[in-house]
Amino acid sequence: MKMFRNSRLIITLMIAALLVVSGAANLYAAPKQKNIILATTTSTQDSGLLDVLLPVFEKETGYFVKTIAVGSGQAMAMGQKGEADVMLVHSPDAEKKFVAEGYGINRRLVMHNDFIIVGPGADAAKIKGVKSSTEALKQIAMANALFISRGDNSGTNSQEKKLWKAAGVNPENQKWYQQTGLGMGQTLNVTSEKKGYTLADRGTYLAMKKNLALNILVEGDAALLNIYHVIEVNSTKWPKANGEGAKAFAEFMVSKRTQEIIKSFGVDKFGSPLFFPDAGKKVEDLGK
Amino acid sequence: MELIVQGIIKAFELILSFDPEVMGITWLSLQISGTATFISLFIGVSIGTMVALTNFRGKRLVISLINTGMGLPPVVVGLFVTILIWRSGPLGFLEILYTPYAMIVAQAIIATPIVMGISLAAIQNLPPNLRLQILSLGASRLQMVWVLIKESRLPLLAAVMAGFGGVISEVGASIMVGGNIKGYSRVLTTATVMETSKGNFDIAIALGIILLILAFLVNLLLTQVQQRQHPR
Repeated sequence: MKMFRNSRLIITLMIAALLVVSGAANLYAAPKQKNIILATTTSTQDSGLLDVLLPVFEKETGYFVKTIAVGSGQAMAMGQKGEADVMLVHSPDAEKKFVAEGYGINRRLVMHNDFIIVGPGADAAKIKGVKSSTEALKQIAMANALFISRGDNSGTNSQEKKLWKAAGVNPENQKWYQQTGLGMGQTLNVTSEKKGYTLADRGTYLAMKKNLALNILVEGDAALLNIYHVIEVNSTKWPKANGEGAKAFAEFMVSKRTQEIIKSFGVDKFGSPLFFPDAGKKVEDLGK
Repeated sequence: MELIVQGIIKAFELILSFDPEVMGITWLSLQISGTATFISLFIGVSIGTMVALTNFRGKRLVISLINTGMGLPPVVVGLFVTILIWRSGPLGFLEILYTPYAMIVAQAIIATPIVMGISLAAIQNLPPNLRLQILSLGASRLQMVWVLIKESRLPLLAAVMAGFGGVISEVGASIMVGGNIKGYSRVLTTATVMETSKGNFDIAIALGIILLILAFLVNLLLTQVQQRQHPR
């Protein structure tokens, strides 16, 4: 009897293992040509925008989008190696260089929102309501108030470095300046926990607001615009890149219907849109 | 504290309502880590047994290397696997980066040394006379190896549990080679990281609890087999 029970158990286990392994053998393998690798920023994923847009695109075109959400810096590094097909990023200076060097083509404006400087209610550096972002950063530096930086070469991080430069402050190696090396969501959590200041994109901040002890202190400065472009990876340079799929995705992002979805995204949940659609506009006209 | 309670409630909500997305993620975690453990079992036990039963120069060095491999950092494995299989890499033609297959490969690499190290120690731990005894009873060499493996099934099943535990809980390699793609390569650990960074702590805790329950169930099953074989 004992023997019998043992062997029955072993057989059950074998069948279970077989089921697991055989299931893995055909893990919803998507057809190869129909895959697109989208390298994008953490903000488009963490805000939930892509979860709304991608199903529409996939249904419309039959492509399967593999979203790799990393910082804009890493996204472009992937594009530079031909490891991605299309990019949705927000680091204008690096993007221009990327296209100029021939790695990307058809850089098109998709949408914008803005960066904000957030901080604790106590606001030791007294920057609440300061109009100029560089002025606010100067005050943070003067007050030696803790500033948390992404430190990951993301779009937000490049913007932050640009602002420090404009403020004439070099924050590197300062005691009050800390770098997380993490995405926007996690950096906001760290900042909230440590009662520091940070630069964030409004979309991620609004999406996470309920868990944060941080307030918007500086906003509305023209220097704080956060602009997203879609760039197709140059498929003549990288024959393995899916140029056709990239084109379809880029076209989808600037299409009228998608722009409408972007416009209304987040309104029901946060009371205001997280992104403003800009397809066909010029960068110089934004924020006016 | 309140958050943890919320997380536990959320976990049971997700389980009891058979939330399709969470069920899919859980099933995928089990499939990927189960397959990886299965592969590591074959490679790990056969090489582990071979090393244990043969004598050669540098055997201690090889054993030290295997034992070091038991602590292989998943992110380092992830990084190397990524570089090997991306489009411009030497194995790029396989086109498996950001697929569940790549995750199986990476996880199998992580689990294999664990299984190998434990099975090596298990076979070495058998009384040395046993080999002679089996052979003197007229068994072939292959039959002897089979008897030895059967004799050490207790530690070998422990090896399976250690290997599975190592990969089901691993996040570094999975997120690098799998990409955490929704409905395709998102597993419990990578989803937990993402929900944490989104600030959805209750869902993150819930996913963590589901991961623990899954690991517990698998180990419970394996322990049943392990202990019933030895009614002492």
